[in-house]
Amino acid sequence: MTIAALAFYLFAICVIAGGLFTVVSKNPVHSVLWLILSFISSAGLFVLLGAEFVAMLLIIVYVGAVAVLFLFVVMMLDVDFAQLKAGMAQYLPIAILIGVVLLMQFGLAFGAWEEAEQAQSLRAAVAPEGVDNTSALGLIIYDQYFLLFQLAGLILLVAMIGAIVLTIRHRRDIKRQNVLTQMWRDPAASMEMKDIKPGQGL
Amino acid sequence: MISADLNIILPEIILAIYAMVALVGAVYTGKDALASLLTWLTAAVFVVVAAWIGISGAGTNVAFNGMFNDDGFARFAKVTILLSAAAVLVMGQEYMSRRGILRFEYPVLIVLAVVGMMVMVSAGDLMALYMGLELQSLALYVIASLRRDSVKSTEAGMKYFVLGALSSGLLLYGSSLVYGFAGTTQFSGIIQVAGEGHTTLGLLFGLTFVVSGLAFKVSAVPFHMWTPDVYEGAPTPITAFFATAPKVAAMALFARVVHDAFGGVVGDWQQIVALLSLLSMYLGAVAAIGQRDIKRLMAYSSIAHMGYALMGLAAGTEMGVKSMLIYMAIYVATNIGTFAFILSMERDGQPVTDIQSLNNYSKREPGKAIAVLILMFSLAGVPPFIGFFGKLEVLRAAYDAGLAWLAIAGVIASVIGAYYYLRIVFFMYFGDEDAEGLDKSRSPVLYGFLMASAAVMFFGLINLFGIEGPATLAAASLVN
Repeated sequence: MTIAALAFYLFAICVIAGGLFTVVSKNPVHSVLWLILSFISSAGLFVLLGAEFVAMLLIIVYVGAVAVLFLFVVMMLDVDFAQLKAGMAQYLPIAILIGVVLLMQFGLAFGAWEEAEQAQSLRAAVAPEGVDNTSALGLIIYDQYFLLFQLAGLILLVAMIGAIVLTIRHRRDIKRQNVLTQMWRDPAASMEMKDIKPGQGL
Repeated sequence: MISADLNIILPEIILAIYAMVALVGAVYTGKDALASLLTWLTAAVFVVVAAWIGISGAGTNVAFNGMFNDDGFARFAKVTILLSAAAVLVMGQEYMSRRGILRFEYPVLIVLAVVGMMVMVSAGDLMALYMGLELQSLALYVIASLRRDSVKSTEAGMKYFVLGALSSGLLLYGSSLVYGFAGTTQFSGIIQVAGEGHTTLGLLFGLTFVVSGLAFKVSAVPFHMWTPDVYEGAPTPITAFFATAPKVAAMALFARVVHDAFGGVVGDWQQIVALLSLLSMYLGAVAAIGQRDIKRLMAYSSIAHMGYALMGLAAGTEMGVKSMLIYMAIYVATNIGTFAFILSMERDGQPVTDIQSLNNYSKREPGKAIAVLILMFSLAGVPPFIGFFGKLEVLRAAYDAGLAWLAIAGVIASVIGAYYYLRIVFFMYFGDEDAEGLDKSRSPVLYGFLMASAAVMFFGLINLFGIEGPATLAAASLVN
């Protein structure tokens, strides 16, 4: 067994174990940690495939940002995960049954994976010789996949509008600070000098 | 190169830019005070773009290396989507502003959803398909929960979002399997390799997953669970939108994928689509019987109608696609009228959706009652109205393609389904005399749409307003 094969099995097992424990672990914080393990292991798998850029992206974006956000959400939200998972034992047998059936079906499909004869010649987006995959990706994203790139931008715009629409609240019953008004005030307009005689009061 | 590509996709670009300009403009000026104006303006833009696409488009143009197709089929679907979206915007404007949920983001999100739908029906690549689908769905999730103080509306958005994400997952998984088989995500490449004699198990798995993902979007049984809850929970104008434009887009996308990409393996997907169609027709017909809420009832009705449209698709022929397009156009026209009526249903200024409230409606407003009667008959497929001709077309296409059993099952399901449409008519004409009724409607817009839709149902029987010609051309451009 070569070292690459060994690394592959190591990462593959870690991905599956990480995924499994993400689902079954009792403590939600542990779940997120297991999720991070499976992200890192899949990054390892990408490196083995020669897709370093995607691997780094996975670590930076998913582990660095998404998983950390998850951790925050899990810790800050007051969700009773034990209660959420209470129904799980009840459905476990049927879930296992369906899982096993699915697994066998996929074994059937992938066990004898056959690709079309012309698949190699049709292969989309092959990295050209002598270009590393980061620049190859850059070349096609802004050129061949221009339309998709722009559409992805529109999707993000929708996500942004959606987040604002669903959460923003304009409250009218509170006093807001208006910095400009504060700065434009001057003593002449806002103060009045009174000369008070002794013993009279206002 | 790029300028020719941009020229082909110009309508989408214009709509996207319009959405962004409207958004920024409204944010910096009147905000929600502009919402009504923006809604009308958006509807006008939709109508103009629809006319432009319908009149100027010609031939088959391919842009962005085959990712985007502009052909007769796409244009037919786009015109239907744009016009129905415009109608729904105009219909819902008053309802929403009276209840304080008309916000300026609403028309903007609708425009972006429509751009997504237009990309969907033009997609020539699995990735472009997914991008269009996500753009549409994400905007729909947001508007489903637009009334965020209402638990039901929030729940509708949440359910739609979670199940929609699941279906996107199925679709993507299927796409990855198809890619693994074909080595390409382009429809033109997939059709080259899929369909020389034997199909491999991998392709079949991919095809099944992709079809399941799409079935979610058209809410075909067994992927329909979200429909009644979302229809009931979302504000009524938004339900009207869900029932029209996105359904046309998803159906057209379905047709495009199975014909453009998997046109060589008709036998493989035909059985899946036929089963989806059969289940949808029966569940839609049977489950609606027990419904008391007219929005839920319309949800089951739309499931049943998707079943019939899928029957046309299951035929796998040019005639099948043509009948599906005609069926969808008729379905949309009928639904616009029906929702115009549902929007006008209110008691003491509050919206009512209980069908018991229709008791004795014909005594109060005989004109509207007749219009609703015509619409219900058309939905049920009773002969003189065009709903019947739509059903006839799909049944004939299925029969000609050798799916006689499906056609017969469809006839039986339509008889079962007629019960609940006729029950509404029964309530209106022979209902309880002293039940509390609905207010007199005050909206001329809704009245106009209701009457126009009913008139279409009736006068359409002359020649279906000539949509048969464009539908034939559209089907021919898709299937060859």
